[in-house]
Amino acid sequence: MNKRDWKINPLFYPDYKSTVLRTPKQPLIPVKHSLNELTGPAYGTSVIGEFDHDLTKNGIKNSPPLGEKIVVAGKVLDDNGKAIPNTLVEIWQANAAGKYIHKADSHDAPLDPNFFGGGRVLTDKEGNYKFYTIKPGAYPWGNHENAWRPAHIHFSLFGDNICSRLVTQMYFPNDPLFKYDPIYQSVPEHARHLLVSDFSLDLTESGICLGYEFNIVLRGKNSTPFENQ
Amino acid sequence: MTQTPSQTIGPYFAYGLTPQQYGYDHNEICNSRLADASAEGEHIIIKGIVLDGKNQPVNDAMIELWQANSKGEFIQTKKDGFVSFGRCGTGTNHDNQFEFHTIKPSNSEGAPYINVIVFMRGILSHMYTRIYFSDEEQANNADSFLQQIETNRRHTLIANKLPGDDLNVYEFNINMQGQNETVFLDC
Ligand SMILES: [Fe+2]
Repeated sequence: MNKRDWKINPLFYPDYKSTVLRTPKQPLIPVKHSLNELTGPAYGTSVIGEFDHDLTKNGIKNSPPLGEKIVVAGKVLDDNGKAIPNTLVEIWQANAAGKYIHKADSHDAPLDPNFFGGGRVLTDKEGNYKFYTIKPGAYPWGNHENAWRPAHIHFSLFGDNICSRLVTQMYFPNDPLFKYDPIYQSVPEHARHLLVSDFSLDLTESGICLGYEFNIVLRGKNSTPFENQ
Repeated sequence: MTQTPSQTIGPYFAYGLTPQQYGYDHNEICNSRLADASAEGEHIIIKGIVLDGKNQPVNDAMIELWQANSKGEFIQTKKDGFVSFGRCGTGTNHDNQFEFHTIKPSNSEGAPYINVIVFMRGILSHMYTRIYFSDEEQANNADSFLQQIETNRRHTLIANKLPGDDLNVYEFNINMQGQNETVFLDC
């Protein structure tokens, strides 16, 4: 496998206060991969519900959810540029008011009875995925005085094996909260754009919804012939 | 191409990733039961807690396991009562324990172990570690990976078999920091 790029994944970032007591302090120990690491879970269509690709539909009780309908689509690639077909993409997010359906979310904002906020799809043969959803709202959190998370969608991906596992967050272009958000800021400046979707007129559907493109790059197989050199 | 940076899983993953465990009305892709009663091999339970730098149990972590079956094979979709992958959050048990039902893996290249992936609010990237077994002393002593770990930290990778005859229950606690900080891997 290509190495995890630790330059863009710093671990300890004290401005994000929860890292102080939860991030390991000892260096990570390198491992030699065997079949145990070069394999991983894979899923088929049986785990995908009829509307799991459409969060404007999979939580409906009586009418469509409130908020701005959007489409989020993109490609899942490895870092050699190769598309990753048939890989599971799981997402979860807050509703338009910035409220999660999660029981522990104490933000004083309304739940939407018609919005669940969780979904999943498989990438197609070319590594493409597509979700319909509602643009999530920003929400406050307790990290510091007047702390607000920029609007985001949580993503979870597998790729080819357990080493390509990735959990991340997708943001929306030009969010004024970026410069105040330590989770976004924890990523070095040169790599932050990789977390931000692009508005796309091509994905935008006339009369229906705005489109955002978000491509995701996972660790791939080592592209040099002598991995241990 | 540059890899997409990791971001924390945050506190609200449960209805997306472990919905049935947490009582949300959505099916889940996997759970904490890797082995049904019908699975071949030595049935075991692995349970533990995740502790932060102040020794407080973490109630919003998610643990994933990936392991071989009793023949050293990796099973992506449940077959003959076994699947190699499992997931469990620490927010539904009053002690904030995770608990997996599985079988002891086999490993032809060394001591048997289970890959562990740890996610939680407060870590920006997931962490990898491994579960080895306290009753595999001979295999552990001969294992080239375990032997390269400093002696005083090696125990953090070994699940302890709890006394009792009926069930093979192992305890594996994960310490994010401190004197007993778990060995985490650049996997
Ligand atoms: Fe969030």
